[in-house]
Amino acid sequence: MKAAGTIRVGAGAGFAGDRIEPAVELVEHGELDYLVFECLAERTIAAAQQARRGDPSGGFDPLLLERMRRVLPAAHARGIRIVTNAGAANPVGAARAIAALARDMGLTPMRIAAVTGDDVLATIEATPWPLIDRFGTTADLQRKLSANAYLGAEPIGAALDRGAQVVVTGRVGDPALFVGPMLHAFGWSLDDPVLIGRGTMIGHLLECAGQLTGGYFADSGRKQVPGLARLGFPFADIAPDGTATLGKVAGSGGQLSVASCKEQLLYEILDPGAYHQADVVADFRTARFVQVAPDSIAVSGGGGTARTGQLKVSIGYDDGFIGEGQISYAGPAAIDRGRMAIEIVRERLRIVGAEVSELRCDLIGVDAVDRSGGDGAAAPREVRVRVAGRSANRASAAAIGAEVEALYTNGPFGGGGATRAVRPVLAIASTLLPADAVTPKVEMVEA
Amino acid sequence: MLLGDVAHLRTGDKGDISQISVIVYDPAHYPLIERAVTADRVLSHLPGLRARRVTRYTLPELGALNFVLEGALSGGVTRSLALDAHGKSLGAQLLDLVIGDDRGAEGAAAGDAD
Repeated sequence: MKAAGTIRVGAGAGFAGDRIEPAVELVEHGELDYLVFECLAERTIAAAQQARRGDPSGGFDPLLLERMRRVLPAAHARGIRIVTNAGAANPVGAARAIAALARDMGLTPMRIAAVTGDDVLATIEATPWPLIDRFGTTADLQRKLSANAYLGAEPIGAALDRGAQVVVTGRVGDPALFVGPMLHAFGWSLDDPVLIGRGTMIGHLLECAGQLTGGYFADSGRKQVPGLARLGFPFADIAPDGTATLGKVAGSGGQLSVASCKEQLLYEILDPGAYHQADVVADFRTARFVQVAPDSIAVSGGGGTARTGQLKVSIGYDDGFIGEGQISYAGPAAIDRGRMAIEIVRERLRIVGAEVSELRCDLIGVDAVDRSGGDGAAAPREVRVRVAGRSANRASAAAIGAEVEALYTNGPFGGGGATRAVRPVLAIASTLLPADAVTPKVEMVEA
Repeated sequence: MLLGDVAHLRTGDKGDISQISVIVYDPAHYPLIERAVTADRVLSHLPGLRARRVTRYTLPELGALNFVLEGALSGGVTRSLALDAHGKSLGAQLLDLVIGDDRGAEGAAAGDAD
């Protein structure tokens, strides 16, 4: 039971492909006030922008409508408000599609808000801006597909103030999806960096959903987590002073512990004293976690300093193609046959004149993900050759998989299970824009 | 003693940066890992990892260290040719880093930024 004056915000998804049942469990049994779906990886929006060019009504997360179909009945009945960035490249189109779904399901009236203004491709195309993750400027990136600024929580709070039951955004900072409801419920000022910093910290803890409750945590030995196949997603009971109690639905799988909370606090954080978001530079160094009951953790501390006035922008650009092939060898000396296969493929790519600018050859089971150099003593009974390469043209990228597959009849003894693939690469670069060059907007759609 | 005996780890990525947190189970072990788990030790344990720069943040109140390895992900998840483009499996590879016992004196931390 949550304390008076607090709001309960649940995390319904931690990535675009996340499980759907944990959100249904939260909305039906979690006594939530808000449910947040974080569904937008860095390059998702570039892919969505391409989809929208093919279909002007598309360009939002393809799983959005299925998620809404599953949670809207309980959310509508209980007055639980939903916030999601699944609008991707077309939040207005997503809002209209949700409105149509709500009408079909008889869940009316329903007010749906679309937050836009994150698309800054025209601004980026007009002037070169320095890149922050490499040398050069935005003008050096050929074939830009998308440029989206990480918006803050203000337009989400404003949409909730105006009565939206569902808020759909494109690119916003992930924690801002959670801070939006806090702005609305508590009337926090964006000029109070301590409160916004604490809210950002709570949002950051929740944004990866199951990673707080034992997912990406479980291990043999002392990190055993029960029930990962029915992992429960977390919620936070947030107080107006920016403290919170984290929990999950009773009987759900997983485990909420001080250890899992500390791991998620630092997840993808560079300087823990300076976590840059649109609304604040948050400071997580003074976070405190106390286990108050099984699967219940009190969070306090944290803070922040004033926002920088600059917004991070992710630019999606066409970066050619990656081609890949894999094939397996087994038995004694499998590793030798794997190495022989790699040398043959390298030579074949030279002979056929494939234009490959970068080639990577691994033996899965030996050195594909291990970076310790191995001990060289073990002789694995099976290895899987993996050859991956980059090319500006699709035909050269495709030659990589073709040459691996051709090892069946032209390569070492006993090669099996060949697979091949080519994919276009949507790469991401980053820059900063002054916040006053970006204008967030809220558009309402009624169902 | 191995790092995994006293601490747990989580790995994340931001562009071409890999980030690895090391967190003690028992606050009493924090001085030990602060002494033993330096940026240089992490790099020498993973010689196959290429990083342009490594920064270590110390978090005594949380009993944690945070390592930021710039240029460690072959261009980052969106364009890397690596099988584990996120580098998610990197932290687990530090579980068997030898940290000695409480009396083991290790070199001073290199690249601290706290």
